[in-house]
Amino acid sequence: MCLGIPAQIVEIVNPEAKTAKAEIGGVRRLVSCALLEGEAQVGEWVLIHVGFALDRIDEEQAAETLQLLSDMGEAYERELAQIRETAGETDTK
Amino acid sequence: MRYIDEFRSGELARALTKKLAEAMPSGRELALMEVCGGHTHAIYKHAIDELLPAGLELVHGPGCPVCVIPVGRVDDAVSLALEPNVIFTTFGDMMRVPGSKGSLLDARSQGADVRMVYSPLDALELARANPEREVIFFAIGFETTAPSTAVTVLQARVEGIENFTVFCNHVTIGPPLKAILDAPELRLDGLIAPGHVSTVIGSHPYDFIAAEYGRPVVVAGFEPLDILQSVLMLVHQLAEGRSEVENQYTRVVREDGNPRALKAIEQTMELRDSFEWRGLGSIPKSGLRLREEFAEWDAERRYTVPGISVPDHKACQCGQVLRGLVKPWECKVFGTACTPERPIGTCMVSSEGACAAYYHYGRNRPKRGSVSA
Repeated sequence: MCLGIPAQIVEIVNPEAKTAKAEIGGVRRLVSCALLEGEAQVGEWVLIHVGFALDRIDEEQAAETLQLLSDMGEAYERELAQIRETAGETDTK
Repeated sequence: MRYIDEFRSGELARALTKKLAEAMPSGRELALMEVCGGHTHAIYKHAIDELLPAGLELVHGPGCPVCVIPVGRVDDAVSLALEPNVIFTTFGDMMRVPGSKGSLLDARSQGADVRMVYSPLDALELARANPEREVIFFAIGFETTAPSTAVTVLQARVEGIENFTVFCNHVTIGPPLKAILDAPELRLDGLIAPGHVSTVIGSHPYDFIAAEYGRPVVVAGFEPLDILQSVLMLVHQLAEGRSEVENQYTRVVREDGNPRALKAIEQTMELRDSFEWRGLGSIPKSGLRLREEFAEWDAERRYTVPGISVPDHKACQCGQVLRGLVKPWECKVFGTACTPERPIGTCMVSSEGACAAYYHYGRNRPKRGSVSA
C-alpha cells in the first residue's frame, strides 16, 4: 500500500475526469490521474497507489521498482491479486 | 537497465559496506530507525542488517498503515459493517486484523456485507452500482493514500453520490516520529525516512527532526543499495556532527512533494485534536478526518460508532515493536500463537509489518553484532 506500483498508461479514458487505463503487472485497470501534474499521456510510466497515479517515473525506475516488488514475493502477489480481482468491476466504467 | 545493474551489484554493496565500517565514529554505538515497513521488508529480505559494522543497529519504525490502527478503530469498523443495508469496503489486509470481538472477516461470516477493494474508486463504483445500499469505505494510510480518499470524496460530491461515506483513519507521518523521539526509553541517532510517502509530502516535514532534535534524516529509496547508501549518509552526518535532512531518493522524491496531492488533502480533511495509535497511544494532531463541509460523506457523522479505546491482546507486543523497543522475534507469541495465518497483532497481518517480514524470511534470530545482543 505504501509502496507504489509502476504502471504504464495505455489509454486515456476520460480526459475531463482524468481517468485512464493503465497496465499493472499484466492487468489493465482504470486509474485516476487527478493527482498527476499536467495531462497524462499514453506510454508514460507512473507510480500507482491504491488506484491513483501519484508520480511520473522513467522506464528505468519502473523496471527497478517492479524487480524490487517481485522480490518481495507474496506481499506483491497479494496486491496484484487484489488489482486483478477488482479490475473487472472498474473496467466496465 | 542501468539502475538495476548498479543497484544489484554485489561489488557495490561490498564497497559501500567497507566505506560504512571506515566511516563509523570510533567507540560509538549508533541506532538508526527505518521508519517505513517497505524498508523493513527490504532489510530482512536482503539481510542488510548482517552487512552492517558492529555497533550499528537498525530499529523498526511505525511506518505500516495497517499496523498502527488500534483495536478500538477495528471494533468501530466491525460495528459499521454490521449496520443494516451497508456494504462495507476495505483493503484486503484490514479484513484479517482482529478486533476485540473479531475481525471484519468474522463479521462477514456473521452476515455483514464486507467486500475487499483495491482502491477507494472501487468503493465509489459500488455506490454507483448499488443506489439502494449504503457503501462505507474504510480509509487507512499515511499521506500516500490520503490524497486518493480526498479525490474520491470530491468526486462523490461532484456526482452527488449520497450513498457513499468514508470511515476516515488517515494519519500523518510527522507526529508519531516526534512521539518516538520524545520517548525516554529509546535513543535514536538518526532516521531513514520513507521514500514513497515523501513523494507526496516532500522532505520538509522532516526538518523539525534535524532542527529541533539534532538528528540527521535521509529520505531513502527501497533498493538494498539505496538503504545501504542512506545508512552511510547518516553515519557521515553523525561522524561530522551534522544534522540535516538529505534526500538519497532524488530519482523519485522532490523536495516539495506532490502539490496536487497535498492540496486535495487540505481541501477535504483537517487534523483531529488527537488520534489513537497502536502502541503509541493518543497523539495530538496526528490523524485526519473529513472537514465539516464534507460531513455528508463522513461515516463517523452519519452513523454512531462505539469510539472506545480498547487495549491490545494481552500477549501482543505489536505496540513495542512499532516503537522500536522489541524485535519481532523477542515477542513471546511470535511464530507460535501469532502467525500470518492466525495473527494476534497487526504487525503479523500486514505485508508491511515487521513481524510478517521476519516470519516470511525465516529471520527469527538476533543479528550478529547487535547493540542489544
